[in-house]
Amino acid sequence: MATPLVVSEVFKSFTMHLRDGIRLPVVSDASFSVAAGECVVLGGPSGIGKSSILKMLYGNYAVDSGQILVSHRGRFVDIASADPRTVLAVRRDTLGYVSQFLRTVPRVAALDVVAEPLISRGEDPISARQKAGELLEKLNLPKALWQLPPATFSGGEQQRVNIARGFITDHAVLLLDEPTASLDAMNRKVVVAMIEAKKKAGVALLGIFHDEEVREAVADRILDVSEFSPQRRAA
Amino acid sequence: MTDSPLLKVNDLSKFYGTRHGCRNVAFELWPGEVLAIVGESGSGKTTLLNCLSTRLTPTTGSVEYQMRDGSFRDLYHMSEAERRFLMRTDWGFVHQNPADGLRMTVSAGANVGERLMAVGNRHYGNIRATATDWLTRVEIGVDRIDDQPRAFSGGMRQRLQIARNLVTGPRLVFMDEPTGGLDVSVQARLLDLVRGLVSDLGLSAIIVTHDLAVARLLSHRMLVMKDGHVIEQGLTDRVLDDPHEPYTQLLVSSILQV
Repeated sequence: MATPLVVSEVFKSFTMHLRDGIRLPVVSDASFSVAAGECVVLGGPSGIGKSSILKMLYGNYAVDSGQILVSHRGRFVDIASADPRTVLAVRRDTLGYVSQFLRTVPRVAALDVVAEPLISRGEDPISARQKAGELLEKLNLPKALWQLPPATFSGGEQQRVNIARGFITDHAVLLLDEPTASLDAMNRKVVVAMIEAKKKAGVALLGIFHDEEVREAVADRILDVSEFSPQRRAA
Repeated sequence: MTDSPLLKVNDLSKFYGTRHGCRNVAFELWPGEVLAIVGESGSGKTTLLNCLSTRLTPTTGSVEYQMRDGSFRDLYHMSEAERRFLMRTDWGFVHQNPADGLRMTVSAGANVGERLMAVGNRHYGNIRATATDWLTRVEIGVDRIDDQPRAFSGGMRQRLQIARNLVTGPRLVFMDEPTGGLDVSVQARLLDLVRGLVSDLGLSAIIVTHDLAVARLLSHRMLVMKDGHVIEQGLTDRVLDDPHEPYTQLLVSSILQV
C-alpha cells in the first residue's frame, strides 16, 4: 500500500530569547509513517507535543533536524527543508489541515470560507460553492448562517465550518487537530462518517482526538507520542 | 505556476552617507506571491520598498524584473523612459497616504481614467465605463464618479487609490502601509478587498506593514527587518507561529489579543 507520509528522525526545540534564551526541547527523534487509507491517532497526555508534531508536518513550525516526506504529484517533498513556495503548493494540492480553531477573515461568508480551497485550485466558483453547501448541510449548519462571516459563530459552528473547509478537497494527506472537540454527539457521528469516507477513498489521516468514543471509532493505530518526548529520554 | 521568478533582488544596499537604510537584501518574488516586509519604524522597510520600485536608487546591488516577453532586465540599467513606462503599466504603487497617490483636485473617474490614458486608451465612453466598473469593484458608489477625492473619507480615498493602480492590469503592486491611519472597520473592509483582488487577478504584491495581523491575512511569505537587515524570512505562518530570532519573538509577543 502506498505511504504518502513518512516522518523520520525529527527533532524540535524552542529557544525562548525573551526568557534568557532557555531551550525547550519538545520532540525528540520522531519517526513514523501513515499509509493511504489509514487513520493514525496521536496519543498521550496534554503537552507531550502532539499539536507540535502536526504543526511541523504542515510547515507551521520549523524543525531542528529530520525529514518530513509527503508524496506530492508523484514525488516526495521534504516539508522540513522545502522553500515556502513548495510548501504552499503541497498544502494546496496534497496536504490538508483541520485546526482546532478557525482563523476568521473579516467579511468573508462561511460558504466562501469553505469553498475557497477548491476555488484556489481552479475549480469553478459556482460548483465549489455548491459542494461547500452540501458539506455544511451534512454537518447541520443552519442555512441562515451560510452567508454570514463566521467570526460571530459559536465554537461548535466555527468548528463545523473549519471541518467542511478541510474535507472539501481530495487532499491525499489530512491532518486533524481535535476536529470534534466542541461538537455535540450528533455532529461527532457525522464527522466520524466523513473520516470513514476519506479512509475508503485512500486518504492518509493523522489526527489528535481526545474524545475516546471518536478515537475508538476512527483509529486504525494509536501512536504514543510520549515515546518522542525529550523528558522521557532524559529520564 | 510558472517556474521563474518575477523579481530577483541581489545584494541590495542603500546608504545615507555613512549610515545604511537597508543592507545586503536578497530575495526572489514569484508570480502570484504576496510578500510582506515587516519591522518597526526605522528598520528600513520603506527604504527597501523604494529601492525595489525605482523610487530611490540603491547604492549597490541589482533588481531584475521579468518583462512581459519573459526576458529579465535590471531596473537600474533601463532608461528613465522605460522605467516610467513600467511604473505606469506593469506596476502599481499604493501609498500610505492616498493624497500621495491620487490627484486630489480632479474627479474620481479621472483619477482612474488617467492611468488608462497613459497606456493609450482614448475613447471617452470606454474609459468612463472601465472607471465605473472599477469604482464598483472597490465599493465606491457610481454616483461619486464626478466628485473629487478631496470630498472622500480616508477609507474611500484608499480604495480609489487601489482602483487607480489596478485598472491597467499590473503584474506587480507595491503597497506601503495600505491600512495605516484607517480605523479598524474600514481596515477590515480594505483588507478583504485587497485579498480578493490579489487572488482574483493573480497579482504579485510586496506589502510593507508594521501590523503583523495584516501580514498574516494578506501575505504568503514574510521578511522581518531590523536595522536595515533582513533578519528572518519564510512562510508567513511559520515566521509568526515559530519565530526564531529574538527580535521576531519580541514582535510576535507584542501583539495585543482582542
